[in-house]
Amino acid sequence: MKPAPFAYHKARSLDDALAHLAAHKDARLLAGGQSLIATLNMRLSAPTLLVDINGIAGLDRIEVKGDAIEIGALVRHAQAERSDVIAKHVPLIARAMPHIAHPAIRNRGTLGGSIAFADPAAELPACLLALGGEIVASGPNGTRAIKADDFFKGLFETALSPDEIVTALRVPMARPDSRIGFAELARRHGDYAIVGLAATARTTGEKLADVRLAYFGVGDTPVRARKAETALAEGNINDAVGALDLSPHDDVQATAATKKHLAGVLLRRVAKQLMEAVHA
Amino acid sequence: MPEHSFDISLSVNGEAVAERVDARTTLVDFLREALGLTGSHVGCEHGVCGACTVRMNGEIVRGCLTLAVQCDGATVETIEGLSDSGEVADLQRAFEQRNALQCGFCTPGMVATAQDLLARGGVPSRAEIREHISGNYCRCTGYHAIVDAVEAVAKQRAGAAE
Repeated sequence: MKPAPFAYHKARSLDDALAHLAAHKDARLLAGGQSLIATLNMRLSAPTLLVDINGIAGLDRIEVKGDAIEIGALVRHAQAERSDVIAKHVPLIARAMPHIAHPAIRNRGTLGGSIAFADPAAELPACLLALGGEIVASGPNGTRAIKADDFFKGLFETALSPDEIVTALRVPMARPDSRIGFAELARRHGDYAIVGLAATARTTGEKLADVRLAYFGVGDTPVRARKAETALAEGNINDAVGALDLSPHDDVQATAATKKHLAGVLLRRVAKQLMEAVHA
Repeated sequence: MPEHSFDISLSVNGEAVAERVDARTTLVDFLREALGLTGSHVGCEHGVCGACTVRMNGEIVRGCLTLAVQCDGATVETIEGLSDSGEVADLQRAFEQRNALQCGFCTPGMVATAQDLLARGGVPSRAEIREHISGNYCRCTGYHAIVDAVEAVAKQRAGAAE
């Protein structure tokens, strides 16, 4: 199918984009477009105006800021995949990147777009949640940072207000005692996962602490498995699997029962990744 | 008030092109309908099948998930350009010799995607080849022969480079 007609504006600056968002209630932001244009083609959405933010300078940088890494909203997946800063300081995102769609899509898709779109089966929202990252957004009333734990509100629903724009993602820099784990199950490499798990922890040399398990593909948002986090920190993988209290829905890929089973399988794999590195 | 159609100018297969396009026209529809470059195919129109793969500013993209209006000032190369320049002549030969195409619908996208991988140099493993073409569907399911063809060309090129 073809998109319904819409007007188009290429924003010259962040302020210009914000002004257009404020003036046109039915406008949508166009970043990488790898989800948006698909929904336009399918006529699942029909905004009257697209505000193209691709030309806004300064939103495509990956920078070290103190003990955090700031990733501009327009950083493309392929750019993050090639980034030495991401590889060294945010290894969880580096690990997840090859699982996100396919090369031609990673060349266009942006990290900010993935977070703002908030697909519950997507990798990056779960990574940001596992990392305890923040979303930096600008709006008519200035700039604010929203914790990933408070950002994902429902199916494709976030804490952003309609007149705000994500400008950057901020994640803590990995430390020598940081540990990460990532695994997903998908029918075709690069497709949305049936179930996936992104995890971070800290090693005390003997066991894990500050475990954060963020599942994707099991609900309306990326979901933390908090009881399993506690059990895993106590060192018992079986207890952690038993403590999983996810409530996935049936979808076109798998039944809820299958997803629950697979969530346990992934937890064992990811726990192994975290544990193997405990003494390293 | 923002407009619905725009004048764009870009380079397509080395030629300067200037056209007026609707904002809603996708790159692949623009290439096929305004320029008559029908080698880029329209399959799923939502980014899943890869039949519309073209090169924009040197990187492969989905022609169905890029708007023509976004290509103002860009350099676009289609299978016609890759073919005429001889850049993918060896891949085309290998696809033919190894029966790596049946109906041929996916072939332009497959060749463009394979060239994107091989242009990086070296000989990728079969797993790497499969991963790189994972976003390109072949509904005749001739993947094995496609991987054979891409691998053979990678080895040929590596041999020729020594």
